Amino acid sequence: MLEIKNLHARIADDGAEILRGIDLVVPKGEVHAIMGPNGSGKSTLAYVLAGRDDYEVTEGDIFWNGESILEMGPDERAAKGVFLAFQYPMEIPGVATMTFLRAALNAVRKKRGLKELTTPEFMKLVRAKAAELGVSDEMLKRPLNVGFSGGEKKRMEILQMSVLEPTLCVLDETDSGLDIDAIRIVSEGATKLRGPDRAMLVITHYQRLLNYIVPDKVHILAKGRIQKTGGKELALELEKSGYADFTGKAA
Amino acid sequence: MAAVQETIEQVKSIDVDKYKYGFETDIETEKAPQGLSEDIVRFISEKKGEPAWMLEWRLDAYRRWRALKEPTWAKLKYPKIDFDSLYYYAAPKGVSGPKSLDEVDPEILATYAKLGIPLKEQEILAGVRKAGEPSPNAGTSGEGHEEANGYASLAGKVAVDAVFDSVSVVTTFKKELAKAGVIFCSISEALREHPDLVKKYLGTVVPQSDNFYAALNSAVFSDGSFVYVPEGVRCPMELSTYFRINEKNTGQFERTLIIADKGSYVSYLEGCTAPTRDENQLHAAVVELIALDDAEIKYSTVQNWYPGDKDGKGGIFNFVTKRGDCRGKNAKISWTQVETGSAITWKYPSCILRGDNSRGEFYSIAISNGHQQVDSGTKMIHLGRNTTSRIISKGIAAGFSQNTYRGLVSAHRKATGARNFTNCDSLLIGDKCGAHTVPYIEARNSSAQFEHEATTSKISDNMLFYCTQRGLSEEEAVALVVNGFVRDVLQHLPMEFMAETQKLIGISLEGSVG
Repeated sequence: MLEIKNLHARIADDGAEILRGIDLVVPKGEVHAIMGPNGSGKSTLAYVLAGRDDYEVTEGDIFWNGESILEMGPDERAAKGVFLAFQYPMEIPGVATMTFLRAALNAVRKKRGLKELTTPEFMKLVRAKAAELGVSDEMLKRPLNVGFSGGEKKRMEILQMSVLEPTLCVLDETDSGLDIDAIRIVSEGATKLRGPDRAMLVITHYQRLLNYIVPDKVHILAKGRIQKTGGKELALELEKSGYADFTGKAA
Repeated sequence: MAAVQETIEQVKSIDVDKYKYGFETDIETEKAPQGLSEDIVRFISEKKGEPAWMLEWRLDAYRRWRALKEPTWAKLKYPKIDFDSLYYYAAPKGVSGPKSLDEVDPEILATYAKLGIPLKEQEILAGVRKAGEPSPNAGTSGEGHEEANGYASLAGKVAVDAVFDSVSVVTTFKKELAKAGVIFCSISEALREHPDLVKKYLGTVVPQSDNFYAALNSAVFSDGSFVYVPEGVRCPMELSTYFRINEKNTGQFERTLIIADKGSYVSYLEGCTAPTRDENQLHAAVVELIALDDAEIKYSTVQNWYPGDKDGKGGIFNFVTKRGDCRGKNAKISWTQVETGSAITWKYPSCILRGDNSRGEFYSIAISNGHQQVDSGTKMIHLGRNTTSRIISKGIAAGFSQNTYRGLVSAHRKATGARNFTNCDSLLIGDKCGAHTVPYIEARNSSAQFEHEATTSKISDNMLFYCTQRGLSEEEAVALVVNGFVRDVLQHLPMEFMAETQKLIGISLEGSVG
């Protein structure tokens, strides 16, 4: 279970406060969506959960499975099962996707006290998961994300998520910049990962992604706080009325 | 930005002293008197029992050197070298030339064993891969691979010429090489056994008065390797020279001469280390390569001289002139260098593309950390028709270091159809270091096609965060990113040395991130 308690965070460089007291609970087995206008703090929340040190937590705490993760580095959180699917995945020139996946998987397995996979075991695992997402062998040989289209990059994020077997998945605007077909492939991949031991937080601007990844709950984030929580129908309401009620500005 | 701050803190406390080859061998040496004069040149020549023409050649070089000035155009800062306080010759006592293995001083054998250079003939150097074992990178392809693979399965052996201070102490596998007609020995021995070959080629690529350091080397060079591969012979194993500076205040001036006769092929590797010392030591080598019609020479260097301590004290001053001459048609010379050591590096392995259709290549990884300064690059001089060259340079700067790529690509009037492709990438780690690219391009023939690409990037916090979010520690992340950055060049190293080099890259950048 993910528990966020009165979380305040600011940008380390200039002290600007972005998160102003977030309270949120996502039980295992559930998918929650976070929706909100630009600048509401959605991506900041994702980064703070993953442990990015450009942000400073000034108040509150984050618990994952009852344990505070605030003092942990990003790699330790990853070992605890935290995974962030990036809005803008990074390109790593010269490092084959396969090499990267293997380094990452072995790193988390080591930290989780599991033994590293042998080359044949690893290849079998990745090929099977890649096939489900329509990721070709050729793509696995190319340097990670270099020259990939927007859709390919997002598929690669979901592939990494599926290979690393996290228990807390945070998807940061996974639908941004994708056409309808790409959204469908990516969402189907993410939906397959739903399970009783996994909590998911899906961050998005638009309701359409939630047609594919149907959430148990929807939270509206604006001005650094959760303004309203409801069922999946809340997303549809928003589609009509916009965020004006929550930002204090006319749409 | 916190990660960058941490990096800087780490670099401040970096312990470059962890240089693992910094030990000293306690051995009696015989030195020439301090300083440099015609008498010292005569002393060295006499010690080596050289023919009269060689002494004259040296004296000529010495006189030219007196008239030359130290070059100051490189982006390097260092205290003035006092050439009168140096020793120009030091040899382990009782050694005047290479001997058979059982005659070599056990102290010296132990030194090389400690350095991981086995001088026993049955061993494979570095022991990375056994003969016939599949290459770890098979399938990733690359021009050099098949050749390297062919080698390992053919022989899996590397012949070594070990140079200790000023003399060559032993050369392995000589008999086996002789069967193929390949001459591989110290240059002193070559002067005695094959004087005509030496006389014919010495100084024909790097003339005595080429530059200040080359002139100095020509006057006082002590030893180095000599290779002659006869017509049509594919050298049956990798050749390598391992240079070790041991003695204090001693300059090392080695001279290497490699001749690949028509249609032959040779791959050669040099490695270098030196003890940890507070004083700077001078290393001024000259390497000449000559490739005749259809011949190919592949020359690889892994330079790991002592880089100085964390405050920039000590370390080797490395002023080296390396040049290859594609003297015949379809000749090919390929330089691959991995530069991780030295306080100062001044080095531009170059190719003269004289023969029609000849090809020159330069692949370089230059890593600087601590207070190291690197000014390195290449010259590709297109003289013949349809000559091609390729330059791939990867500079990585960390700590307080300065890393400069300096390169010249020129096409002369008759070089119709000359082509060059240059790619210079620099990677910065932290914000106290610098990377610079200084390309010179001269085309005197309108049909020349020269391409130049350059990038400078930083290992960004974004990239590190992305990797660490996937579970990698910061050090693992940097090693992964840097190895990806240099991948194009690593592929050109002989297979036996690739794994070693990857490790060396990790060690060289140790402490460069938080």
